[in-house]
Amino acid sequence: MRKILLFLPLVMFLALGGVFYSQLGKDVNYMPSALVGKSVPDFTLVSLFDDELVTNADLPSTPYLINFWGTWCPACHIEHPFLNRLAQSGITIIGIDHKDQQALALQWLEEKGNPYQQVLMDEIGHFGLDMGITGAPETFVVDSNGVVAYRHQGEINEQNWPTMKEYLQ
Amino acid sequence: MFPEVGQFSLILSLFFALLLSILPLLGYWKGNRLLLSMAQPLTLIMSLLVLVSFVALSSAFLTDDFSVLYVAQNSNSQLPIWYKFSALWGSHEGSLLLWVLILCGWCTAVALKIRTLPLEIGPVVLAVLGTVCVGFLSFLLFTSSPFVRILPDVPADGGDLNPLLQDFGLIVHPPLLYMGYVGFAVAFAFAVTALITGNLNAAWARWARPWTAASWAFLTLGITLGSWWAYYELGWGGWWFWDPVENASFMPWLAGTALLHSLAVTEKRGVFKSWTVLLAIFTFSLSLLGAFLVRSGVLTSVHSFAADPTRGVFILGLLIVLVGGSLLLYAIRAAQVRSTVSLGLTGREAWLLMNNILLTVLTLTVLLGTLYPLLFDTLGLGKISVGAPYFNSVFTPIALLLIVLMAVGPLSKWHQTPTRLLLKPCGLAAMFSFGLSAVVVYCYEFGGLAFISLAVVFWVVVLSFSDWFSKVSAGTKGIIPRARQLPRNYYGMLLAHLGIAATLVGIVLVSVNSEESMLRLSPGDTAHIAGYEFQFDQMTRVTGPNYVSSKGQFTAYQNGRVVATLFPEKRFFTTRQQVMTEAALDAGLTRDLYVSLGEQIDESAWGVRIYVKSFVRWIWLGGLLMMAGGLLAALDKRYRKRAGA
Amino acid sequence: MHPVRQKRLLWVVAIVLILGAVVGLVMYSLQQNINLFFSPTQIAQGEAPQNTTIRAGGVVVDGSVKRDPETLAVSFDVTDYEYSMTIEYLGILPDLFREGQGIVAQGEMMIDGVFKASQVLAKHDEEYMAPEVSDALKKAESKKVTGAGSAASF
Repeated sequence: MRKILLFLPLVMFLALGGVFYSQLGKDVNYMPSALVGKSVPDFTLVSLFDDELVTNADLPSTPYLINFWGTWCPACHIEHPFLNRLAQSGITIIGIDHKDQQALALQWLEEKGNPYQQVLMDEIGHFGLDMGITGAPETFVVDSNGVVAYRHQGEINEQNWPTMKEYLQ
Repeated sequence: MFPEVGQFSLILSLFFALLLSILPLLGYWKGNRLLLSMAQPLTLIMSLLVLVSFVALSSAFLTDDFSVLYVAQNSNSQLPIWYKFSALWGSHEGSLLLWVLILCGWCTAVALKIRTLPLEIGPVVLAVLGTVCVGFLSFLLFTSSPFVRILPDVPADGGDLNPLLQDFGLIVHPPLLYMGYVGFAVAFAFAVTALITGNLNAAWARWARPWTAASWAFLTLGITLGSWWAYYELGWGGWWFWDPVENASFMPWLAGTALLHSLAVTEKRGVFKSWTVLLAIFTFSLSLLGAFLVRSGVLTSVHSFAADPTRGVFILGLLIVLVGGSLLLYAIRAAQVRSTVSLGLTGREAWLLMNNILLTVLTLTVLLGTLYPLLFDTLGLGKISVGAPYFNSVFTPIALLLIVLMAVGPLSKWHQTPTRLLLKPCGLAAMFSFGLSAVVVYCYEFGGLAFISLAVVFWVVVLSFSDWFSKVSAGTKGIIPRARQLPRNYYGMLLAHLGIAATLVGIVLVSVNSEESMLRLSPGDTAHIAGYEFQFDQMTRVTGPNYVSSKGQFTAYQNGRVVATLFPEKRFFTTRQQVMTEAALDAGLTRDLYVSLGEQIDESAWGVRIYVKSFVRWIWLGGLLMMAGGLLAALDKRYRKRAGA
Repeated sequence: MHPVRQKRLLWVVAIVLILGAVVGLVMYSLQQNINLFFSPTQIAQGEAPQNTTIRAGGVVVDGSVKRDPETLAVSFDVTDYEYSMTIEYLGILPDLFREGQGIVAQGEMMIDGVFKASQVLAKHDEEYMAPEVSDALKKAESKKVTGAGSAASF
């Protein structure tokens, strides 16, 4: 009896460990967006440089990235040089300037270089909501059929880029 | 260059930690003295390497090396230099490195004191600590290295430290808290060593006591500082929120308090042995659980780090190995440990047993409240939150009962206490404290709970002093020589118990005698609160190093005299685009005046919180007394004897 | 009975009594003080009880924040992009309360369908969103997407 009682703390702890594990599992599954496997939602946005209207029809027909950023976002500062390098290596990036001001964004690209094929203004953030983002930076990989293949939250860097690159094929 | 040195020395230290966790144990089983004697140098080398890597990271912070990802994310060239240093532990990776550094600090302390332990015990203790180090070093290296570079695309400037963390309280709060958390690893290592060697006797408890008391003191100070920080920095004037992360630090404190007391019984009477071992494991497990909750993202809180599931899985694995492993060892080995002494119903053992039961129950109720949303969600019953009222209503009665018993315990004698020794002082103290409390409550028109709580406070104070007086006045020598003869241990206990009383005074009065109001005020307006007149003089714009701020000026008058001028601020941090409230305080022993700005409502009007808080300082004053008590107990002369001396 | 046994029995009885009392206290307090979370959709569908403290939340609708000119009273709408609901609050909103941000409010549903908040919590920084809110948004989001091409609801 006493021997069995001594195992009680262990058993209770393992049960608790099980609960934790199930909760962690939830978190892992939580990251992919509901959009993966779906087309990019319809939108009409204004281009940052020339105030032209841009719609889905204007998106590239080859695989590309949609990158949400803003001058207000600290991690975007860190991500930006890496995006510049991606652009140099020939990767198409569509930038969405999320909840930002035009003047600040233009100044930013002036100072840090422009890695984007197009930059669209999402001043109020409706497109961000349609894409289901929760913050910036956030990046979506879109394939040649215009279908979202992968979603990444947080900055892109040397470590996580290889994973994204595979989805870009 | 430096970051690579840091990374490399971390890898090396992991290697030495592995050796440390294996060689001395091998030596113990084979009876090889050479292997046993390697424990001390291995510990020192491992700790030195971790220190090198910590210095490397701090130099990266101080020199604004934004090629290091972690520095780029958490620092900024505009940041004042002391925040650049403390930004090191502003986020997950660096704070984990700090954690490991402190763990190594404790290991070093044990290694340097190894001669106070028998030849075969010390190295095994170090080996167990080494295993803990292996766990945390590999967690750090494999999931969260702070030395990752972003080359060649070095950002021009960093993303800045979270404004919430740009504060003195937050510079010192994490290191102290970790000192406490991690310090319990030493008690844990002693417990596991006892299970491995089967050497569980009174001497064992004597070795473990000062380490436990010291870590308990640090944890107490850490929690006190955290509460103080929340009070002035979060801008709501609360001092405890029952937030998961606060609970994560409070649970090891409760369990550690129980451990301190049960170690005393094990040392003096040789009973509760297997229970004490279990408590030591339990206390450190709760520290680890706290680390898990804060770093895995299963619970969200004001203070938690950004969630990362892979880290969660890793630290859960670590938890399973360390806690599960030690509990398994316990289940197998504890059966051999048996205490045969029976308990008297009035002996000091019985009082301390009650202390342990109540503290364990308190720990479990906090644990349940903290994890209940998680359990609820796992069972698919929906998303819930457990509010502070749950904790308050469960915690208060049990804690009050505990404090009542706490004051009686010291009067009792080991094994059996003659009833007359207890009855007379308790009866007198009860009459006195209820009477005094009734007078206070009548004069100030407080409620029933305040009456009981204040009576408990007086009860503790009266019984503590009468116990001290009876100890110093017995015998023929004068009072002062006898007072000096009493051990530090005893004074430590006295201080800590009085600290509890002081904290209770603060808690009771701040909740029944404070006035809080949220008002809409424009410059020129005045407000009357608790006998004070607050005048909103003006608003000014101020520019700080990395923020711009709207600064209000309030003058507080009492009976027409100026008491204080207060400058609450609303700071806007430009890099992070984040707003922070800086409350303005006029601190006093019996009351705090607290003004904080809410939002600007229109051109001139602001939402303003004005509080007059009674005795709120006493909460932290009590914490300081408890810490002092813990340190005093840790420094008792009896613990410094060498093994076999 | 043997005196040692007697003592032990006393101890066991005492411990059982204490634990029983504590378990009762805990059960009662938990029952009184857990607050279930409801999304605007659940509230619109009438799932939320009245006169019970609950939590509700969503994203603050742009342009919906209305302040009383004299007092600290404020009202605003929150949405999960399926349904919206109105929240009324008297007091100071948190620093991070902004239009377009996720918030959680604690309070009670009134008869007229307005949520009377006693406490409003905003997410703490750009990266963090209260899990209840993001969960509710996720649900609404996935519905929206599977609803094939139905345009955004604003």
